[in-house]
Amino acid sequence: MFTPKRAVLAGSLLLAVVADASMAETPHLGKPIDEAAIANWDISVMPDGAGLPKGSGTPAQGAPIFAEKCSACHGDNGKGGIAAAVVSDVKIDSISAAQKTIKNFIGNSTTIFDFIRRAMPFQAPRSLSDDEVYALTAYILAENKLIGANDVMNAETLPKVKMPNRDNFIIRFPDRI
Amino acid sequence: MARFTDRDMRGENSEAVAGNGLIDRRALLGRGMVFAGAMSTGIGQSSAAAGAEPLVDDPWSLEFGDPMLPYQVPSKFEAKVVRTLSNPNHEPRNSHARTPHHLLQGTTTPNGLHFTINHGGVPDIDPDKHRLVIHGLVKQPLEFTLETLSRYPLTSRVTFLECGGNSAPLFSPQPLQENVQALHGLVSCAEWTGVRLSTLLEETGVDPKAKWLIAEGADSPHLSRSVPVKKALDDAMIVLYQNGERLMPGNGYPMRLLLPGYEGNMNVKFLRRIKLVEEPAMSYYEARTYSQLLPGGKAYRFYFVQEVKSFITSPSHGMALKGPGLYEISGLAYSGTGRIEKVMVSADGGASWAQAALQEPVLSKAFTRFRMPWRWDGGPATLQSRAWDEAGNVQPTRAEFVAVRGELTKPPPVLAFPNQHYNSITSWGVGSNGEVKHVYA
Repeated sequence: MFTPKRAVLAGSLLLAVVADASMAETPHLGKPIDEAAIANWDISVMPDGAGLPKGSGTPAQGAPIFAEKCSACHGDNGKGGIAAAVVSDVKIDSISAAQKTIKNFIGNSTTIFDFIRRAMPFQAPRSLSDDEVYALTAYILAENKLIGANDVMNAETLPKVKMPNRDNFIIRFPDRI
Repeated sequence: MARFTDRDMRGENSEAVAGNGLIDRRALLGRGMVFAGAMSTGIGQSSAAAGAEPLVDDPWSLEFGDPMLPYQVPSKFEAKVVRTLSNPNHEPRNSHARTPHHLLQGTTTPNGLHFTINHGGVPDIDPDKHRLVIHGLVKQPLEFTLETLSRYPLTSRVTFLECGGNSAPLFSPQPLQENVQALHGLVSCAEWTGVRLSTLLEETGVDPKAKWLIAEGADSPHLSRSVPVKKALDDAMIVLYQNGERLMPGNGYPMRLLLPGYEGNMNVKFLRRIKLVEEPAMSYYEARTYSQLLPGGKAYRFYFVQEVKSFITSPSHGMALKGPGLYEISGLAYSGTGRIEKVMVSADGGASWAQAALQEPVLSKAFTRFRMPWRWDGGPATLQSRAWDEAGNVQPTRAEFVAVRGELTKPPPVLAFPNQHYNSITSWGVGSNGEVKHVYA
């Protein structure tokens, strides 16, 4: 069981990183919870693939899902509608954010999976299975010619997809990180 | 101050502190100067009118007034003091509500007028069921409720919150004819009360490998942003109260992350999860939306800071001055890197400047109200403000800003976010007819 005594030990671990750690007594009202209980909320996917679930999908599997659940907003074949295009060959030639696309801007392939899984479809987020999210990610990447038409996306392959714009970012204030 | 007008140089504006009518605030403190000045410009003459209407009691002075409301609302005569909505029909897309700075004074944004952007509507959260978990690279993951967080030592701080895309219409190559609400309405300032995040992280313990945390909301997009642990341990808070009452639903009820001085989107609302991690997640909003294209095709990433900015709220675009005379130029200044040190005001498009009075107290990362007396002579004027912060940062001129950040090739829709982190000078042009318009100068 978690006890206040253990929390003090946990706090002492912080000393290494907290410059002005005041070890004043704190209420310790947080309820211990294990990662298994958090798993359903823990939907963050990292650029190295950490957090990607089991499952897989192909562009061919993604196409009908896209047509059914995505095209009403993102347009046929993802070319754009009331929501932004997800398939586009637009080139960046100004500072306008309207030009940013998955292909010309997003630096990490995992961002696509993470965002679809947490936020899409817009009016029914978290309603897609992990296989469906992989399939939609594969479909979008393939339509943008970032992977082959028969490539399978899963926890192994997705993080390895190289996004064309990945090296074009400048960290604005490195000393704040 | 250089380059006063001819009239200034002839000594006709003995109280002048800069060109085109900016006058010494101390001159106004001597009543004689005020009356003398007002008379000379005609403003005082109406008060000398003979045969004025005798005063009578109006109906509201002769009857029992209205009942009180449990939660009072502004007078019906203030019905125009509202936020402007980008998506009034609640179409399935994001929604913005902008603060009417031209109709407000002081430094506190009333809760009902605080700006809001929501990417998936406003969630209807039952506070008794809401949970915040902190996990990942910690010694002991913990779960908190609103009730338990309310029992922690609470701290309050006044701080502005600004959308990274506030002022973005000024990336336009021509000045959009829009008012201060449309141009700068995505910033507000409130007193926030809550628990220091460092207190909670002390209780979970943080693995020294953790350099970032992912903050995530309970809204439908499960909005998430990566935040450096450095900021979390500096001045981050989990806030529960806004200007003394529980957070407004649109501002994150029942709890949100507060990162003083950092772009609004990072101050994750409806906060339900914090995960300590080694590297940033590169979630959608940091990977795309809040990375800013630069001239030449590269882009900034992790801008975070809302840099020093000011703008005049009165007079401002859409107002009409009612004849020559004495006016107070008033506006807001703020900086994500500390206190405002000074604000300079110009009435001649930057040819000469005078230092404005700052309303006390001047708080770090908070709205600072500045005021400057101005005697309008009825001729054309270009009003500007420029702020400095205690860290030595100065608000850039538009030319300086555009030289680094570029501008758009054509005017954008006013509600678009064509780019972000615009903080240069705003100019209001006053015509001989008294009309005030947005100009570049």
